[in-house]
Amino acid sequence: MTSPAAKKSAPPVSALEPERLRPDFPILQSRVHGKPLVYLDNAASSQMPRAVIERWVRYQEREHANVHRAVHALSETATREYEAARHTAMRFINAREAREIIFTRGTTEGINLVMHGFGRAFINQGDEIILSAMEHHSNIVPWQMLCEERGARLRVIPMNDAGELLLDEYEKLFNPRTKLVALVHVSNALGTVNPVRGMIRAAHQHGVPVLLDGAQATPHMRVDVQDLDCDFYAFSGHKMCGPTGIGVLYGKAGLLEKMQPYQGGGDMILSVTFEKTTYNALPYKFEAGTPPIAAAITLGAAMDYLTAVGMERIAQHEQALLSYATGQLREIKGVKLIGAARDKAAVLSFTLEGIHPHDAGTLLDLEGVAIRAGHHCAQPVMQRFGVPATARASFAFYNTFAEVDALIAGIHKVQKVFA
Amino acid sequence: MTDARQLYQEVILDHNKKPRNYGVLADANRSAEGHNPLCGDHISLSLRVEHDAIRDIAFQGETCAICKASASMMTVAVKGKNVGDAGSLIQEFRDMATGKLDTQTQAHHLGRLNVFAGVRELPTRVKCAVLPWHTLNAAFHNQPSATTESGEF
Repeated sequence: MTSPAAKKSAPPVSALEPERLRPDFPILQSRVHGKPLVYLDNAASSQMPRAVIERWVRYQEREHANVHRAVHALSETATREYEAARHTAMRFINAREAREIIFTRGTTEGINLVMHGFGRAFINQGDEIILSAMEHHSNIVPWQMLCEERGARLRVIPMNDAGELLLDEYEKLFNPRTKLVALVHVSNALGTVNPVRGMIRAAHQHGVPVLLDGAQATPHMRVDVQDLDCDFYAFSGHKMCGPTGIGVLYGKAGLLEKMQPYQGGGDMILSVTFEKTTYNALPYKFEAGTPPIAAAITLGAAMDYLTAVGMERIAQHEQALLSYATGQLREIKGVKLIGAARDKAAVLSFTLEGIHPHDAGTLLDLEGVAIRAGHHCAQPVMQRFGVPATARASFAFYNTFAEVDALIAGIHKVQKVFA
Repeated sequence: MTDARQLYQEVILDHNKKPRNYGVLADANRSAEGHNPLCGDHISLSLRVEHDAIRDIAFQGETCAICKASASMMTVAVKGKNVGDAGSLIQEFRDMATGKLDTQTQAHHLGRLNVFAGVRELPTRVKCAVLPWHTLNAAFHNQPSATTESGEF
């Protein structure tokens, strides 16, 4: 076996210079099993830069009180900062109005909110919901639950061996019973970037609204909901340098107005008597109870950080990492890449001949390289490709070409143990 | 600190490559399925138990090396044993894997199965090693299936 480092030409130079950004991330300086951490599990969750962590601390130390409640100064500060974060999110995805931004616990809750508020209001016996073959479980199970309750059914857009949706087949799925398209923007298991803009246009020609699962898109590319013209867009904070427990559901105001609240409680009401409750206006109608104030404000800081780095530069650097890593992986005998879409995010799903992904994951971990091994909450994708699980390396803008080399060296080591 | 060779010892790699008692028994009178929902791994066990003794045992499944080697070595260890002794071995194996039994200082009957002691350092892999044993326990108790998430270990 030749050393991977010796035979490779020098890695490409990136405009982003991740080495200059890495000191911003305290956790990236840590060691695992005595080795420097090489964090390649960003599709599961990303790491937080110091400025974002400090925003959390500042809120807790100086600004915390409940929002939309009291007349005292702290409550006013908390409310102002919370609503400022909503405006940051609005600008980040280019929504028309702040009331179209609903804070949720994350993508999963956003999808469940649409299932309850839209699905239960408009999807009935015999109706159909179109999903794709590469959905995460969180964009399958809520719709299955609704179908069971209502006697509706799921129609699935198939994909080819590269992991690209078959658009001709997609168009054929529409009929007068189609009520919704629920589609992943970027696949977490394959990295495929779906051509959602055209797919949304096709759905709208049939008068069908579209929900996008944007969990893997917002951290890696510029997302413009007006340009996409999607009806709903759900994403999570913790995959884009923000904290866990916070996410955003964007919805077109016209649709959100027609929907029933997801949960009942405080903040989502205008007035309550035992006879009747009048619901609050958007977005509060969908934010029952005290919201995750600190997490929302911190997510705003994460969006500011990403914007300062520049989403275009982020996308550019990650594409360079993807192409460098893909080239390296393809040269290793016994490695099979799962997912080879022409338009792809920096996610590498692969199998190693004769080696279970979990064993590969453990052995790489002992080298300090954190990857994910398993079905990635996308079991139908695994079934489609006939594998029980894959190993997945997923990159963020703070990853370097040297870390790709560490992954490749680690894979050689794994193969040596199992040789 | 765990190193790769400590966990993936030769005997484990050998049983992974050439699993013993692999397949399904045609004349089985006990069986159980084991699932690890975290990774989707799955094994099936079939046994022929006569007069309280394990006359024959076989396993099959798509799993990681730790789980496959554990299953393979388990079948070797319990074949010919009576159900009671196999039950004690199940308990000892679970205790070793979860760190309750220190095989360095405490008496045990695990023999070569001691090679799995290293998994206690890696909590996510304990389940892989214990799944076959959990499945054997289910077969003894006439339960059709076992999962790593039932909270018994």
